[in-house]
Amino acid sequence: MAKPKVAFYWCSSCGGCEEAVVDLAEGILQVVEAVDIVFWPVALDFKRRDVEAMPDGAIDVCFINGAIRMSEQEAMANLLRRKSKLVIAYGSCAWMGGIPGLANLTSKKAIFDYVYHQAPTISNGSAVEPLPRTDVPEGELELPEFYEKVKTLDQSIEVDYYLPGCPPTPKITLEAVEAILKGALPEKGSVLAGDRALCHECKANASKPEKLLIKEFKRIQEVIPDLSKCLLAQGLLCLGPVTRGGCEARCLKAGMPCTGCFGPLEKVHDYGAKALSALASIVDSRDEAELARIFDAIPDPAGTFYRYSLPASLLGGRRQVTSDK
Amino acid sequence: MSEAFNPRIVGFFCNWCTYLAADLAGTSRMKYAPNVRVVRTMCSGRVDPQLVVWAFRNGADGVLIGGCHPGDCHYQEGNYKTLRRMGLLRTMLAQLGIEPDRLRLEWISASEGERLRDVMNEFSAQIRQLGPLETKSSVISSQSSVAQAAP
Ligand code: SF4
Ligand code: SF4
Ligand code: FES
Repeated sequence: MAKPKVAFYWCSSCGGCEEAVVDLAEGILQVVEAVDIVFWPVALDFKRRDVEAMPDGAIDVCFINGAIRMSEQEAMANLLRRKSKLVIAYGSCAWMGGIPGLANLTSKKAIFDYVYHQAPTISNGSAVEPLPRTDVPEGELELPEFYEKVKTLDQSIEVDYYLPGCPPTPKITLEAVEAILKGALPEKGSVLAGDRALCHECKANASKPEKLLIKEFKRIQEVIPDLSKCLLAQGLLCLGPVTRGGCEARCLKAGMPCTGCFGPLEKVHDYGAKALSALASIVDSRDEAELARIFDAIPDPAGTFYRYSLPASLLGGRRQVTSDK
Repeated sequence: MSEAFNPRIVGFFCNWCTYLAADLAGTSRMKYAPNVRVVRTMCSGRVDPQLVVWAFRNGADGVLIGGCHPGDCHYQEGNYKTLRRMGLLRTMLAQLGIEPDRLRLEWISASEGERLRDVMNEFSAQIRQLGPLETKSSVISSQSSVAQAAP
């Protein structure tokens, strides 16, 4: 049997997902041996025209990381979709919008105003802004269009599978590759990780009280937590109870509470609202004023609970009222 | 906002108190603003914040949650949970461009038909003043596995 043809591409991302592929360490050799990499701009010298020259469906599996922020990314996603039998959203940005998706708390105009006009490091006397088309004596120049909102990959193209994580861990990446090679993939549209809450993987779970109640939220720099005990019970905002497991509780092992990068469990429709609900419910107070004081320790609930999933959320981001369009 | 704006309000009323108050207001033939579409829930504590967000996404201009008075929850703790969740939710909604006043929490017991009427009227007037919410324009149509069917 011919080796499966595999492609990697990045859209609006930090590069961490690319690192994650390299992070497979010896694992990568296994992968490289088993597959034929036909496109991977970060590591190998292939160009867009090489992809364009392929017949439709020529790529067996394409891993795309990053969210969709600009038209050029969407065009590449469309091209790769056409050329690929399977498209896998690799990482939480491609799946849910990720960190770049937090830009949906503001607007394109506000971003442009700051970046091109107000930032202390900018000197832009003639108030130029990038435009999709500009006429110069030599002809017309084109730039990718910066979209109003950040989109998830599946808000642009059809996606077959999702790999969660910021970035996905070597373990779930290799498991996915194995499933592909063996033809053992689950139902289309599945998230390729377990469907149990992260707490089940955390060694501190045994110490978590049955009925967890906390009086205050502490910030990570304020305490030296006892790592053998549940961090949430110690007042650190840990999203383990509402986050999909599969990461082997990596952050917890390093003494950090979970920030939710593996996204929601299967039955959840809005990760942020669910996470907020779970965290608020365990606060040990019945008094409105006291509750308000306790919640002051979570000054940015949208950024905390939708950290990786704002574009995929029910509201998608901040509502654009006419005045801030 | 124009006179023609007729707010759409979703009311989640607990089966043991506020829903009975609405019943009482009805049987006593009280007149009140007809803007609230009532959903009966067993307890205010069953109103998942996802449902509130879902309502706002799908055309509600306001959401009113009605539960038993503190100490009176049929399931002991439900309304305290509601109190904790909705306070934080209002802060988060404000960050998402939804005025926190569009989400209101009221304790109305089974015998408080008149209070129910007053709250319905007041809240309708308040939402009328805030104007239509229109979240649709900011929601990206999605085939996403995260946001699909109703919760
Ligand atoms: S809440 Fe966090 S620290 Fe506690 S058991 Fe769950 S994952 Fe571990
Ligand atoms: S502990 Fe949470 S934030 Fe850390 S890798 Fe796992 S899911 Fe992601
Ligand atoms: S039963 Fe009414 S609030 Fe719980």
